[in-house]
Amino acid sequence: MEILIIKLALAGIVFFGILNFAGFHTWVERKQSALIQDRIGANRASIFGFRFLGIFHGLADALKMFTKEDIVPKGADKTLHLLAPLFSVFFALVAFAAIPFGDRLILSENLVIDLQVAKIDAALLYVFAMLSLGVYGVILAGFASHSNYAIMGGLRATAQMISYEIALGISIIGVIMVYGTMDLGELVRAQGHLIGGWLPFWGVLTQPVAFIIFLTAALAETKRLPFDLPEGESEIVGYFVEYSGMKFGMFFLTDFLETIMVACLATTLFFGGWQVPFLTPNGFHFPWGAELPMSNLVYVLLGVLSFSTKVIIFCWFFMQLRWSLPRFRYDQLMSLGWKGLFPISVANVIITAVVLVFLGEIQ
Amino acid sequence: MTVKVVSRPELTFWEKLYIPQILLGLKITSAHFFRNLFLHMLHFVGRFKHLPASVTVQYPDELRPLMSRFRSRHRLTLREDKTPRCVGCMLCETVCPAKCITIVPGEHPDPHVEKYPVRFDIDLGVCVYCGYCVEACPEDAIRMDTGILDIAAYSREAMKLDIHELMDPKLRKPIKNCSLKFPHQCNLTDGEVKGTWEEVNETPLVEKT
Repeated sequence: MEILIIKLALAGIVFFGILNFAGFHTWVERKQSALIQDRIGANRASIFGFRFLGIFHGLADALKMFTKEDIVPKGADKTLHLLAPLFSVFFALVAFAAIPFGDRLILSENLVIDLQVAKIDAALLYVFAMLSLGVYGVILAGFASHSNYAIMGGLRATAQMISYEIALGISIIGVIMVYGTMDLGELVRAQGHLIGGWLPFWGVLTQPVAFIIFLTAALAETKRLPFDLPEGESEIVGYFVEYSGMKFGMFFLTDFLETIMVACLATTLFFGGWQVPFLTPNGFHFPWGAELPMSNLVYVLLGVLSFSTKVIIFCWFFMQLRWSLPRFRYDQLMSLGWKGLFPISVANVIITAVVLVFLGEIQ
Repeated sequence: MTVKVVSRPELTFWEKLYIPQILLGLKITSAHFFRNLFLHMLHFVGRFKHLPASVTVQYPDELRPLMSRFRSRHRLTLREDKTPRCVGCMLCETVCPAKCITIVPGEHPDPHVEKYPVRFDIDLGVCVYCGYCVEACPEDAIRMDTGILDIAAYSREAMKLDIHELMDPKLRKPIKNCSLKFPHQCNLTDGEVKGTWEEVNETPLVEKT
């Protein structure tokens, strides 16, 4: 019973945080693009005359989406048409359950909380399975709309997501080989060691090539610029062309959720998750000998803070990329995925394996 | 016949790698991002206001500065006793290519002035803002320097300015009461001539030069 309450509370915290952050993303997108392009950005929405830099535009958007007419095209499969956006949001949300966002919180002798909603041994597989199931939302949206444009867009999106999933999956193999686990919690813990006593043993240092491939492929997975061929709001007809109102809003939300998901994964796999350099469960141990002991609670909170900061920095980076790069052409997209990322990721796995064997021989 | 050789540069190895070029692009956008973020924060505490953080002009709140020769909405210049400087010579009405000016002249009690406008209407829905009326005027009685740009109305009738609005650029439709003392025709009185010159002469001048 106690465990159930704790798990429910953890799930509540994670989903509350993630959904708010996704809503906040609309504001970040508006303001960041404005700053990049020397503009001011949306700042007119106000509540009782308070504008707060236009932070209420997200609320206004949601209100607009909810009150808009919901149009189901003639001849469309009503059930599937409704299910498609629900699937998209559901699978994007559910994947967050396996992300560890902090170290073990020790409340008493027999009450130790893992700051991870679902502690799964093969968490990495689970996350990737859920991300792959996101394709269903896309293809269903195209199929159920009873529109040739939508189904073409859906097929395009599916082809893109499946092509990049291969590079994404193979790039992860290198990381799994180095740390020897698929449990995300253990994987983060394994990144807590130091190389030579001062360099954190993070994935980005042990697998830099895998990191770049992962980032590219994951960006393509989220269907955002420069890989936004399936969506391309105003120029290209995509899979959700027949959607309106909050159903469209859900696809939009999925977009932001997937961006956060990718940021979380990149942090967990390559940037040490909740690890802070030189911080061990009983305090800081700096390489020059200084020490700073601290209690378990402070240590865990620092970890959560570290994780959130890294995720926010990644989200900022993705947004910056989105406003810097132009869109790929469809053939460029495919040749980058199959002729570029795929061979490099395979080569990365082979080289990693060889190096690991040689290192094992030396020891 | 000369042949123009168009060179089509091939991408170099570093450009084909994508990543250095992406980083170059990110450098540009990030430079803008951090510069503007920093400037916005400095502006918030009231510093470095002379360095703009954005090119946006928040239009209804702030207006873009106009050139001094910019032709905006018309106005009639005034004499010291708050009567129009216009002498009803009809030059502006004659020169107007759009035929948007309507003047009804009346006799002025001062023999040196001879005439004045009983009625002076400009239909802004027809006006082409050429500024010929300003150039034609021998008395500097009409100018286009009010800086008013937001001329819009829901009907053609509302686009017509009468002598009240032309003499006082601050007035906006709907005009409730007539404050002019000299005899004039206006829409408020259904085209009847109202006011007398005695009233004007009785009112003391606010400032006499």
